[in-house]
Amino acid sequence: MSPAERAPTDSRRAYPSGVSGRITRDEAAHVARLARLRFSDGELDELAAQLSAVLDHAADVEALDVTDIAPTSHPHPLVNVTRADEVRPSLDRDEVLAQAPSVDSGQFRVPPILGDAP
Amino acid sequence: MSPAVPERAPAVPEDWELVVGLEVHVELSTATKLFCGCANRFGDEPNTNVCPVCLGLPGSLPVTNSAAVDFAMRLGRALGCEVRGAVFARKNYFYPDMPKDYQISQYDQPTNTEGRLELPDGRTVGIERAHIEEDTGKTTHIGGGGRIHDADYALVDYNRAGVPLVEIVSRPDIGGAEQARAYVRELRAILLAIGVSDARMEEGSMRVDANVSVRPAGADELRTRCEIKNLSSLRALGRAIVYEAQRHVDLWSGGERPRQETRHWDEANGRTTPGRSKEDADDYRYFQDPDLVPLAPAAETVAAIDAALPPLPAARRADLAADGGGAVSAEDAALLVERGQDGLVRAAVAAGADPGVAATRVANDLAVDDWSPVTPQGLAALVAMETSGRLTATQSKQVLAEMAEGGGTPDAIAQRHGFQAMAGDDLAAVVDQVIAGNPDAWSRFCAGDEAERKKLAGFLTGQVMRATRGRADGAAVNRLLGERTGRQTERDQV
Repeated sequence: MSPAERAPTDSRRAYPSGVSGRITRDEAAHVARLARLRFSDGELDELAAQLSAVLDHAADVEALDVTDIAPTSHPHPLVNVTRADEVRPSLDRDEVLAQAPSVDSGQFRVPPILGDAP
Repeated sequence: MSPAVPERAPAVPEDWELVVGLEVHVELSTATKLFCGCANRFGDEPNTNVCPVCLGLPGSLPVTNSAAVDFAMRLGRALGCEVRGAVFARKNYFYPDMPKDYQISQYDQPTNTEGRLELPDGRTVGIERAHIEEDTGKTTHIGGGGRIHDADYALVDYNRAGVPLVEIVSRPDIGGAEQARAYVRELRAILLAIGVSDARMEEGSMRVDANVSVRPAGADELRTRCEIKNLSSLRALGRAIVYEAQRHVDLWSGGERPRQETRHWDEANGRTTPGRSKEDADDYRYFQDPDLVPLAPAAETVAAIDAALPPLPAARRADLAADGGGAVSAEDAALLVERGQDGLVRAAVAAGADPGVAATRVANDLAVDDWSPVTPQGLAALVAMETSGRLTATQSKQVLAEMAEGGGTPDAIAQRHGFQAMAGDDLAAVVDQVIAGNPDAWSRFCAGDEAERKKLAGFLTGQVMRATRGRADGAAVNRLLGERTGRQTERDQV
């Protein structure tokens, strides 16, 4: 990822505020495309309305004064949950590959990939 | 490289300047992956270090590796970064290199921000951030000559999926190919010094992308940049930057503008080719990973990391220079520190070795992975044998090579080979033989002007070396030749 695409490091500015407002059919179609989902125009209108309702609900929070309240990143009041750097057994490869639709030379075989890795 | 490819100019025209920022991905040398206990090991059989977490199987949950966080903070402090509380985020995309369909990274709250890296020439490059993320699996495209677009299918190995990475993002403070290479070399030296990565570009444990743009010299605007990927060596990095900058200059000069896009370096043809267009803006829908809680390093944790940081390359170069009293060249010092051989040279100097000779001998002739059999005392003894004239430079190199292989003390090795720099009457006799055997060359040497004399001195010395099988001291031969013409010959003319 290149620097210009990065969000600023201040989390308060990282995610868009002002979540209220209608989701258009084009926006719903864009989100669907990112998720590799295809819908008819009728379905997109219905989903746009539902997404708008979700955002309206979230927008209720905007009515509150949250000055001086640190952004919450997790519902649990936990930090620094880590494990020791000790190797644990991995899965048996034959068992792993038995789950795959296609296998070749000990690897997962997948259809040709168009385009570059992100 | 194909000989048909025209060489690009080594630099862009003087009225343009380069603006380069680098993104360096570094694999951390932890025992296990970032979020699971699978081994983090390069070169194993494909898909043998995988588990439900790194395969993205439903119901599996990641748990953060404490060593990876520690290594990342150590790197951050070595780069002068502020180490902060951090949150892991999901970068969502569809590509078979990540079976979860997202990569866990850090987005708006990275572990390290706002650092700097000082190059050996004193120039400082700003570090925007150095964040933790997991590596992706390795895809191999089969068929179509290995080209992605023509491939018949791809094979995926998830051993690398989940290996801990730090991505170090520089500010666009780098002014050209040479500085970019110096930056990567210095970063690599720091990584090795603090022991968090083996930083091998050839094995992919250190990967560099370059953001390149140009602007009229003296301007401070930032013009359209291209991100160049697939730079797998320092040489490729330098060549790609020069090529890309030249391409931009050509476009701007012709009234066009570069497109903002990702480009690939084509090593074989020495050019960059277009990849993804950045106009089709990436939309990774980052959001905080609900499976992971924030990192919140305590001030004492950061203080303990600072206290445990070993001397960094810049300080080590300064120490070596100080011990060498000006006799150690900057190039030798940089190379010795990069290879971790500065300690050996300093200890040999402390044991009495000539600093310049010790540094040069090790820098030039000890480029091996394991030099542990070479002790400071042994190196000091070898240097003493060379400076006293007992060994020629050629013999000294060979002795050092055998010392590194555990061949014993320099004295024992030299004796075994019968090495002894020939001097005195023995050498004078050989010089006289050579003069007698090459009367034409000798008369031209005696009568020639400076250039001719220099050329023939080289030839005659070579004959002496051949007759003595390299045991003659070149400086002594030159002196003897000069004495025999009745004229002085400058030592450095040979």
